[in-house]
Amino acid sequence: MALSGGRVSGSHSMDKSITLPPDEIFRNLENAKRFAIDIGGSLTKLAYYSTVQHKVAKVRSFDHSAKETDGDPLYEISVQEEITARLHFIKFENAYIETCLDFIKDHLVNTETKVIKATGGGAYKFKDLIEKKLKLKVDKEDEMTCLIKGCNFVLKNIPHEAFVYAKHADSEFRFQNTHPDIFPYLLINIGSGVSIVKVESEDKFERIGGSSIGGGTFWGLGALLTKTKRFDELLQLASKGQHNNVDMLVKDIYGGAYGSLGLTGDLIASSFGKSATTDKEFSKEDMAKSLLHMISNDIGQLACLYAKLHNLTRVYFGGFFIRGHPVTMHTITYSINFFTKGEVQALFLRHEGYLGAIGAFLKGAEEDNPNQYSWGENYAGSSGLMSVSPELNPVQRARSGTFDMLEMDRLERQLVNLPLLQDATSYIPDTMDLTEDALALKRAVASQKDQPEAAERAEKFRQKYRHKLQTLRHQPFAYGSLTVRSLLDTREHCLNEFNFPDPYSKIKQKENDMALKYYLKVVKALEELSWEQRQFILVKGLLAGNVFDWGAKAVSDVLESDPEFGFEQAKQQLQERPWLVDSYNQWIERMKGPPHKCALFFVDNSGIDIILGVFPFIRELMIRGTEVVLASNSGPALNDVTNTGPTPNQKAPSVSQEQTHFQAALKEDRLALVQSGSSSPCLDLSRLDKVLATVVRERGTDLVIIEGMGRAIHTNYYARLSCESLKLAVIKNSWLAERLGGKIFSVVFKYEVPLKTHGEH
Amino acid sequence: MLTLNGFHCSEEGCAEEREEVPGIMSEPPSSLITTATKAAGCCALKERSVSKSTPVIQRLDSTKKSRPPFPWFGMDIGGTLVKLVYFEPKDITTEEEQEEVESLKSIRHYLTSHTAYGKTGIRDVHLELLDLTLWGRKGSLHFIRFPTHELPIFLQMGRDKHFSSLHSTLCATGGGAFKYEEGFRTMANLKLLKLDELDCLIKGVLYIDSVVSSGQSECYYFEHPTDLERYEQKAYNLENPYPLLLVNIGSGVSILAVYSKDNYKRVTGTSLGGGTFLGLCCLLTGCSSFEEALAMATEGESTRVDKLVKDIYGGDYERFGLPGWAVASSFGNMMCKEKRDSVSKEDLARATLVTITNNIGSITRMCALNENIERVVFVGNFLRVNTLSMKLLSYALDYWSKGQLKALFLRHEGYFGAVGALLELSNPC
Repeated sequence: MALSGGRVSGSHSMDKSITLPPDEIFRNLENAKRFAIDIGGSLTKLAYYSTVQHKVAKVRSFDHSAKETDGDPLYEISVQEEITARLHFIKFENAYIETCLDFIKDHLVNTETKVIKATGGGAYKFKDLIEKKLKLKVDKEDEMTCLIKGCNFVLKNIPHEAFVYAKHADSEFRFQNTHPDIFPYLLINIGSGVSIVKVESEDKFERIGGSSIGGGTFWGLGALLTKTKRFDELLQLASKGQHNNVDMLVKDIYGGAYGSLGLTGDLIASSFGKSATTDKEFSKEDMAKSLLHMISNDIGQLACLYAKLHNLTRVYFGGFFIRGHPVTMHTITYSINFFTKGEVQALFLRHEGYLGAIGAFLKGAEEDNPNQYSWGENYAGSSGLMSVSPELNPVQRARSGTFDMLEMDRLERQLVNLPLLQDATSYIPDTMDLTEDALALKRAVASQKDQPEAAERAEKFRQKYRHKLQTLRHQPFAYGSLTVRSLLDTREHCLNEFNFPDPYSKIKQKENDMALKYYLKVVKALEELSWEQRQFILVKGLLAGNVFDWGAKAVSDVLESDPEFGFEQAKQQLQERPWLVDSYNQWIERMKGPPHKCALFFVDNSGIDIILGVFPFIRELMIRGTEVVLASNSGPALNDVTNTGPTPNQKAPSVSQEQTHFQAALKEDRLALVQSGSSSPCLDLSRLDKVLATVVRERGTDLVIIEGMGRAIHTNYYARLSCESLKLAVIKNSWLAERLGGKIFSVVFKYEVPLKTHGEH
Repeated sequence: MLTLNGFHCSEEGCAEEREEVPGIMSEPPSSLITTATKAAGCCALKERSVSKSTPVIQRLDSTKKSRPPFPWFGMDIGGTLVKLVYFEPKDITTEEEQEEVESLKSIRHYLTSHTAYGKTGIRDVHLELLDLTLWGRKGSLHFIRFPTHELPIFLQMGRDKHFSSLHSTLCATGGGAFKYEEGFRTMANLKLLKLDELDCLIKGVLYIDSVVSSGQSECYYFEHPTDLERYEQKAYNLENPYPLLLVNIGSGVSILAVYSKDNYKRVTGTSLGGGTFLGLCCLLTGCSSFEEALAMATEGESTRVDKLVKDIYGGDYERFGLPGWAVASSFGNMMCKEKRDSVSKEDLARATLVTITNNIGSITRMCALNENIERVVFVGNFLRVNTLSMKLLSYALDYWSKGQLKALFLRHEGYFGAVGALLELSNPC
């Protein structure tokens, strides 16, 4: 049903004679297993699990106990294959079911799979076809159970999954952060009817109510009233109509507002009330609009009554009535705001259409225990949020036409909150939401496009990343709030996609080698300084090291034109004190006091930054008696120091004294190296490696140091921690510097002590 | 002391006849005299009246000052209908008769001698309250309605009958009291005393229930509402009504939680009300009146229009305790063209009625739970001659609350606002 018969626009002419671009849609089919399918009224969602091979950079260190030879590399980076798990979800119109099943059959090589989990109203209808085509046994799963399972999964695993819709705000979508405790919540599923489900835990949910006035009422009654057959067309009619021609408003009865009750004049007193008292023709648009309001308001009202009765404030809406339609999201949001006076927000889900398929898949994959892992959305393989109805929201679609995809990668480690976050529920990693700032958005997307690409980067990456940027320009909300973080993550995912495990490994290696040779000199020079002088030079060193950041265009220009540009020059580039943000004096006062118990240091770049900036700094901390936990990225990100990259004991051989120092520290566990769990140049403190969280808690960490523009400015600038924190960075692009009221190479040095409130700790 | 006079004995209820009977009394008639000859139901009324009896002199002294001058009207101007209650004094003395101005007489005659006014005005004779005592006067309360869009004609009539010469205020409630205030002033030279509709509604309900306490009970409920053979309308005693959920279904719906005579709050409302039923029916079937729409609904079958649980699951959806007969999607079958072509207008009218009624039931039930109230009284003109909806509401409330909630109805369903407005006559502001 609901075939695209009405679509004649040029961009969709390919829909009829579809040829599937295989590498774009059903990706990684060779290794696919555990299929699940959710067949709805008009759309089919297919899910499968597969593995992908990645190339990853590994460090091979040489034995340097022997005599050093000048010019020998201290270590070597080699590329190895690694297999990771990926979940694929593909959504397409029911019309293509047969074509798609044929395609899958032809490309499915390794099938130990015997069954396919199926859910949705259409599962029964297409059962025979699926069994015949795929030679798999169809195993039906309860629709509601799948829906809830899927909902739990996306809420837990996809950052910015849920959003609030605000039609007239600067940014229509306000995304919510992922929180580990997603329960309890209310799910209002608006299909042909409405189901209201209270979800209390992973396995406990209850249908507490419902209503027969739902999407089917809009469609059925709408078709009768307007002689318009398709759901999308009805919505389109509604978006053009004026409901007050059909509805009886409070002001039609009162002449104005009903003041004593606070009912405004524009409130609908009686839906379709005017068609009962006036003998005239009503336009299709107006009737459709009135119907839409009537149904949305009614659902919103019931949702509020149930939320109130069960004392729930998180209310998610889904089902085909909602599914990415701005019109219905707006009317539902309006209704909820009206009936709860803003106390409850209507929340929508980016991957709402996939919930059933995800749930069915999870049912089938229970033995793999997918819930024990953390998963992340792969921006390279996912289409992002789009309207299902191109007529309503005419944007350029992917080449894959009406196919929509979601891919999720299994993360190696489970991700959790940093235990030191003062208020995890209100923590927002991103300093600026670019979607709320039209100018910043333009600037940010443009900056990514103009970035000179290294010559060896494949055209494919360029195309894909360009395409993603284009999508983001038209729909900044496609992957949740657009932030510098999400932009850079998209880039990392695209790079990985085309097997650039660590495109900066060569540069990193060169830089590290250079830096290590300079390290001893730096340490010696430091020892000759007075305490006060040394503290300042150490901080300056951290900042200078921070200037070396291959992700920032300004610096790479300097480095490429002048390879001799070194550490000392970098120091001279720095802004003189007072800095743009300057709490250095407070920091020094603190350093005169007792040592910290344990410092957690999120390191930024590799090479000069870590070796000449971070190492001397943590050396000083350790001498004071502070334990240090160095947290670096798990995957490669720009030239960030990777956990597989050089560690102090690797470069120690070049400096015998220091070797003992760092090795002893490592051995005595005064220095720990951990993965952050992220592979992004930015830092999300709510999605960190579980091991890191444990280490932080066990060691009684009382100082957190975050360095670099991506980690300390774009993200976490406003993050409030329950212990002391130091955020420092050099602003390396003039646009951001301007926004913060400074110039390029301005310094941010932000030392914060939490306000201790009674009862804490 | 008590003097019987001729017209009080008139048994046939013909107003014209009564009024033509000349008065022969030298004393003012007592409102406390009850002829008790109409119907069995009047016995209780008589007792009540007698028990309150006071000497005539005292009545004159105490009530004449505060008693408003005739005519006594209460008006509720809603979105669709104007409801008018008129107190017809039946204890008029000769003296009064002689003093009575021509316009007053003319209005009284016009209203009481007809049961229909113009093309659309109707007096609900079956609701008339006989032998009522109000502010010391005895008479009948008449219940009249006409469409709101005919209000200009009503105003014209008011002008023709020189209504404005009688007294300067008319108590009115409902949105129209505000909307048409200016119209009343300019077209009929009448000043409105505007009253809050919910205040009036509650006052009206409490008053009517207090004056009608026997015979055909004001408040009733349905036993076995879904069983055609067994269903029964039974009297309900609303003596201790609080707390009470009062659901007024007019063009739209208001739901009030009433905790005492003067303590109530509007819990919520919905725009899916009587106006929606009639509006959709007009659009779907081409009908033009509530009666017509109801008649069609009575003939139709909603299950051809609605998608039921069993249409989707083949039977009950046991996992969630949903019976197969429950509607899963109102008008859900109409998504499909073949089914759209096969339904009748009667089916559509029935489905519209069922949809609107069940939705009101559902919202009401949630409000009752949230407010922790078990007694629900439905009023409003949507329920007029609408046994179908009353039975549906009774059943839905009982079924989904597992017997916890009781749906109650009142005979004067749509007139309480107007009665409440009438009662305000004695409190001129």
